[in-house]
Amino acid sequence: MAKQPAAIVGVGQTHHRAKREDVSMAGLCREAIDRALEDANLSLEDIDAIVVGKAPDLFEGVMMPELFLAESLGAAGKPLLRVHTAGSVGGSTAIVASSLVQAGVHKRVLTVAYEKQSESNAMWALSVPVPFNMPVHAGAGGYFAPHVRSYIRRSGAPTHVGAIVAAKDRQNALRNPYAHLRNPDTTVESVLASQVLWDPIRYDETCPSSDGACAMVIVDEDTAAASPNPAWIHGTVMRSEATTAAERDQVNPQAGRDAAAYLWKQAGITDPLKEIDAAEIYVPFSWFEPMWLENLGFTAEGEGWKLTESGGTAMDGALPVNCSGGVLSSNPIGASGMLRFGEAALQVRGAAGEHQVDGARRALGHAYGGGSQFFAMWVVGADRPTN
Amino acid sequence: MSRTLSAPVTVAFDYTRSTGPVLGRFLTGLRDQRVVGGRTSEGRVVVPPPEFDPVTHQQLDDFVEVADTGTVTSWTWVPEPVAGQPLDRPFAFALVTLDGADAPIVHALDVASPDQVRTGMRVRVRWAAERVGAITDIACFEPAEDAPTGSATELGDLGDNPVTGVITPVELDYQYAASPEESAFYRAIAEGRIIGQRCPACGKVYVPPRSACPADGTPTTDEVELSQTGTVTTFCIVNVPFLGQRITPPYVSAYVLLDGADIAFLHLILDIPAEEVRMGMRVKAVWKPREEWGTTIENISHFSPTGDPDADYDTYKHHL
Repeated sequence: MAKQPAAIVGVGQTHHRAKREDVSMAGLCREAIDRALEDANLSLEDIDAIVVGKAPDLFEGVMMPELFLAESLGAAGKPLLRVHTAGSVGGSTAIVASSLVQAGVHKRVLTVAYEKQSESNAMWALSVPVPFNMPVHAGAGGYFAPHVRSYIRRSGAPTHVGAIVAAKDRQNALRNPYAHLRNPDTTVESVLASQVLWDPIRYDETCPSSDGACAMVIVDEDTAAASPNPAWIHGTVMRSEATTAAERDQVNPQAGRDAAAYLWKQAGITDPLKEIDAAEIYVPFSWFEPMWLENLGFTAEGEGWKLTESGGTAMDGALPVNCSGGVLSSNPIGASGMLRFGEAALQVRGAAGEHQVDGARRALGHAYGGGSQFFAMWVVGADRPTN
Repeated sequence: MSRTLSAPVTVAFDYTRSTGPVLGRFLTGLRDQRVVGGRTSEGRVVVPPPEFDPVTHQQLDDFVEVADTGTVTSWTWVPEPVAGQPLDRPFAFALVTLDGADAPIVHALDVASPDQVRTGMRVRVRWAAERVGAITDIACFEPAEDAPTGSATELGDLGDNPVTGVITPVELDYQYAASPEESAFYRAIAEGRIIGQRCPACGKVYVPPRSACPADGTPTTDEVELSQTGTVTTFCIVNVPFLGQRITPPYVSAYVLLDGADIAFLHLILDIPAEEVRMGMRVKAVWKPREEWGTTIENISHFSPTGDPDADYDTYKHHL
């Protein structure tokens, strides 16, 4: 049996900040949930099931968020699922929620993802020494920096391309009232002048640590009929790959390439650069924009940096990327993937406010996690899919 | 000799928790020896107050003060307390419905034996001498058979120094066990040798060896002794200090592809200024003095440039 049509009719997010000491984790989630429900013109009573995601347990020292959040999320008496795929979890969580609707199991599913980085120390959590091993691990930046170096070597990209991405996303963030970083003075030059943390990655090319949450209401076709601007799901995909296989391509991972190819096929897209109007791509370190442009098939291998350098990924470019400011401007890790998915939905609903891309009809939401071994993506559109 | 190596690991962190206004009110009350409950939309008084009403889902905003006396509604005996529990001697965990509340709170009850606990017994809060605004401000409950029955009262002013956060130390102590294949690797390292294993299906040589080939799942059984020289495929220079760091920055964390291996592993590069380290640089293992060796990769202090010409990019580009 074919999938049932499903649409996003509500998107909510918190104001992302370094420390949201005014709210508990439950309160943070509810802030996003209440906004999503209001947007959807629904209440918790209307919801059939809830799917929650968060970042790896050590990041917050919370092992069973579904257990302690159930009542606050309004899940009493309803199915509650927790999804867990490292940094891509926000995307995977949204996909699990959408699959419950597409499978015809539920009509109205609420999904939420969150992170309170201020209550923990992700750098520490990612670098806990393992007995017998060499203690050279240095957080996510330490993990990804060598692979960024590999990309620069392999593609021959000029070394300022990362700074172009960082300056663009920080300027885009000024148009997003929910964004964490608000640095109007950020320029390519100021990024290049910032401290090198994990050579070749500079401070300003790095995502912040944020507290925040994102929620969405995903519904069936009948419920979506009441919405003035549903974002229809045109395709979803998740892929993973072995972390440590010999000769694994860490610059252009197979799982990401395969996922993208299957996603475009589902959505009936043959030329993504032409057919996608806005993309929200998981870019925690600036160089991942050109890397993922290639991995996603927007450009040929080795050409991603050219699209970035030419201004093609700016708000007025051929492919506006991360108009919300992206992960580089707000990074509540557990929620960051869902924010990409939610921002993509806002674009095709014409509801992205000051960072709206004029006339956006189809948008990509993308997330990755772990050591680039989990990928989650969706394409959403203003029109009900015909296939 | 055990087939596998193991070592203790402690993962510990003092997480902070923002309480939010509802639980913050409860904890502020405890600091002042007052027990704050919340009245739900159905009129039930619950301690601690739930953050959101179970029926209307709205944030709770109706608070009362309940008595610090109550009645045991159920209990279980803890004959051997473990670290971090409220009492260091045998005690009962009890569900206590405080006078004025409609739902029980769980806490420790300080009695010497299970014979001294019964459902229906009257108990009273024993307050901690020093209170900070945490659930531990209630040290435990104690028997109070003659305590008169109290009731809920209006919650007065809680002062202008509310509790907004608590610290929650988390500590996990466990035994890390290396796989048999890794154990063989570390035992070889303790003899100054570096061994890997070749996948019989795809022919790739893994170092350290895995129990199974990550690419095809085939158990890897063929042991291969590897060269102690190799090539830096890629690297980063760590300039950032962080909690728990074992090496003082700046340092070069590099993927070293040993000659004869099909996968690089991370190690430290020294004996050359960090800014002069290159992709393709040829390096050799530098071992610590033999008397400092154990069953750890740290027997290799670092990798050092051999001085040979850099490897051609084509020889290692498929390892990036």
